[in-house]
Amino acid sequence: MWIEWTIATKFLREGKAQSTLILVGIAVGVAVIVFLTALITGLQGNIVNRTLGTQAHIKVQPTEERNRILPPAAGSVQLVLENKRAQRLRSINNWQQVRDVLDTLPQVTAVSPVISGPAFARRGEALESVALVGINAARYQQIIPIQDDVIAGVFRIGAGDAVIGKQLAADLGLRVGDKLRLDGGQGRDSVVNVAGIFELGVRELDARYVYLDMKQAQSLLNLPGAATIIDVTVDDIFAAEAVAARIARLTGLKAESWMETNGQLMNALRSQSLSTQMISLFVALSVALGIASVLSVSVVQRTREIGILRAMGTTRPQMLRVFLVQGALFGLAGSLLGGLSGYGLVGAFNTFGPKLFYIPVSPWLLVAAAVLATATGILSAAVPARSAARLDPVEAIRHV
Amino acid sequence: MSEHDGRQEVLRLQGLQKSYNVGKSTEVEVLHGLDLRLQRQDFAALVGASGSGKSTLLNLIGLLDKPTAGELFLLGEATRGMDDARRTALRGSSIGFVFQFHHLIQAFTALENVLMPLMVASGKPTRAQLDTGRALLAEVGLAGLEHRKPDQLSGGQQQRVAVARALVARPALLLADEPTGNLDSKSAADVFELFRKFNREFGCAVLLVTHDPRLSEQCDRTVMLVDGRIEGDTPTAASAT
Repeated sequence: MWIEWTIATKFLREGKAQSTLILVGIAVGVAVIVFLTALITGLQGNIVNRTLGTQAHIKVQPTEERNRILPPAAGSVQLVLENKRAQRLRSINNWQQVRDVLDTLPQVTAVSPVISGPAFARRGEALESVALVGINAARYQQIIPIQDDVIAGVFRIGAGDAVIGKQLAADLGLRVGDKLRLDGGQGRDSVVNVAGIFELGVRELDARYVYLDMKQAQSLLNLPGAATIIDVTVDDIFAAEAVAARIARLTGLKAESWMETNGQLMNALRSQSLSTQMISLFVALSVALGIASVLSVSVVQRTREIGILRAMGTTRPQMLRVFLVQGALFGLAGSLLGGLSGYGLVGAFNTFGPKLFYIPVSPWLLVAAAVLATATGILSAAVPARSAARLDPVEAIRHV
Repeated sequence: MSEHDGRQEVLRLQGLQKSYNVGKSTEVEVLHGLDLRLQRQDFAALVGASGSGKSTLLNLIGLLDKPTAGELFLLGEATRGMDDARRTALRGSSIGFVFQFHHLIQAFTALENVLMPLMVASGKPTRAQLDTGRALLAEVGLAGLEHRKPDQLSGGQQQRVAVARALVARPALLLADEPTGNLDSKSAADVFELFRKFNREFGCAVLLVTHDPRLSEQCDRTVMLVDGRIEGDTPTAASAT
C-alpha cells in the first residue's frame, strides 16, 4: 500500500486548489450533518426527558373487567346487547409477588407499587378534586425523583403527612404546615398535614397530585392492602415497548409503555428523525457526487501520468487503489474538518443560542461521521478509480 | 540474466501481426507478420517513415498492446496469452522505456522518478535502492539535482532522468521512442552516449526508434520498417569498427 499512498498524497498535494475546494465542500456538508444530528438528538432527548420526568416508563394495571355472557342453550341462537362495564378501582391481585417478579427482570431498573384514586381536597369552603397517590417513598423516588422538585418544606409522607402540588397549594391557599381535609367519598375522610409542596412543571399534575403514604391512601380509597398500579422504569427507554409486552405475558396484567401513552409525541419524534435523516442523506449524496466529479476530472488530467505509471509496471489494482485512497483521504480529512466545525457550531448554539435546551455532542457522533465520510469517499472514488485502472496505457501515454 | 552469456536471446517476434478495428468494416492491418530477433547487447535502430507502424511495433514489444496474431517471446516467454497482471509484472521487471517527451511524473522529485519502477514493484525504496538511484543519476550527469522537481530541470536533464529511470530496474531490453527528437544536438548526443554506455556496461539490448539518420548510423544494426513489413535488417558501418 505504500506506493499507492505515496502517489495519492503527492497527487493531492500537487492539485492544491482543487483539493482545498473539495475539502471545504465536504467539510461544510459534514458540519451540517453533525450540527443537525446533534441538534435533533439534543432536542429529542430534552423532550423525552421532560416527558419521562413525570411519568413511569411502564404502567402495570389490572386488566379491564368484562361482562361474562352465558353460553346459549344447545340449538338456539343468542343475540346480545352488551353495555361495557364500569371499571371500578381495583387492586392488582398479589401485587407483592408481581413486584418481586418485576424486580428480577434484567432490563428493569426500578419498580414502585402505587395506589391511586380520586378524592376531594377541602379547606374551609374551597373544594378541589384531586388524585390521591399512595406510594412507598423509597421506591417511588427511583421512578420520579420527586424530592428534587420540592419547592417548599420537605418530601415526607406517612403519619398524617402529605405532599401536594404548587397549583393545588395556591388554589386552596395552603402553605407548608397547614392542614388539609381529604375526602375519599362515602364518609371516609382524614385531615393531613402539608409537609411539602412540589412543582413538576406540568400544570395538571401540580394541581391534582396529593402524595400520601400507601396505607393512608388505601384506607381513604377503601381498598385495604391494595395497589392499583405498578410503575416500572427500564434501562433503555426505547425498549420500553418490548419490556411492557414481556411483562404483560409474564403477569397477565395490562402493561402500557410510555410510547403507547404518548403516541402523538412518538409520532412527532419519528417524523423529525426521518426528516433529519433525509436531509443528511441528500447532503451526503451531494458530497459524494462532489468527490466523484473532482476525482473524475483528476483522472482525465492525469491520463498521461497514469499511462507512464502503467508502463513503469504499475498494475491495474494499484492504479485503482491510488484513486480509492484519494477518495478516502478526502472523506477523512473533510469529515475531521467538518466534524470540528459542527462541534464549534453546537458550542456556539449552546453559548449564544436561545438557551432553551442544551445540546450534548457525543464524541461518537464525530467518530461515526469520520467513518461514514471515509466510506463515502471510497465509494464515490470507485467510478473514477475504475476508469483510471481501465485506461489503455498506449492511449494514455499519447494523451497530451 | 547472467552477464557473461552475451548472446542470450532477449526478444523474438514470430509472424507478429496487428490489426485495428478487428471485425469492423474499418479493419486495417498495420503490421503484416514480422519476424525479428534481438540478442543481449544488441544495439538496433528501428527506422521507417511515419505511418510505417514503428510506434505500433514498439507498443507491442513493450507489452503495452496485444498482437492480433503471431507470437512475441520476451526472455523466452510467450506473451500473447498472458493476462494483464503478468504482462504488467514482466514489463516492469524486464523493459525500460524512454519516450520522446520525457514523461516524468511532475509530483515526484528526480530521484523518486528514477526509483518509480522499483517503488511500484516493491514499495518503499531500501537504502541500497536509494544508493543505486543516486549512482545512476550521477552517471547521467545529474549529481546534486536529485531533489529537483521535473519542472526545475531543462529538457535535456529531464530526458536524462528518464534514461536513468528506464535503467534502474536493470531491464533486459531498453525501448526508446525518438528519445532525442525533442532535444538540441548537444543534449541528443549526450543521451545517445548514455544508451551506448549502458548497453556496454549492463549488456541490455537497445531498440531505438528514430527518424534521424545520424542516430541510426551510430547503431550496430538498422531495422527498416516499410508499410508494416521489415524491408531490411542490416549491420551498420558503426558495428564494423
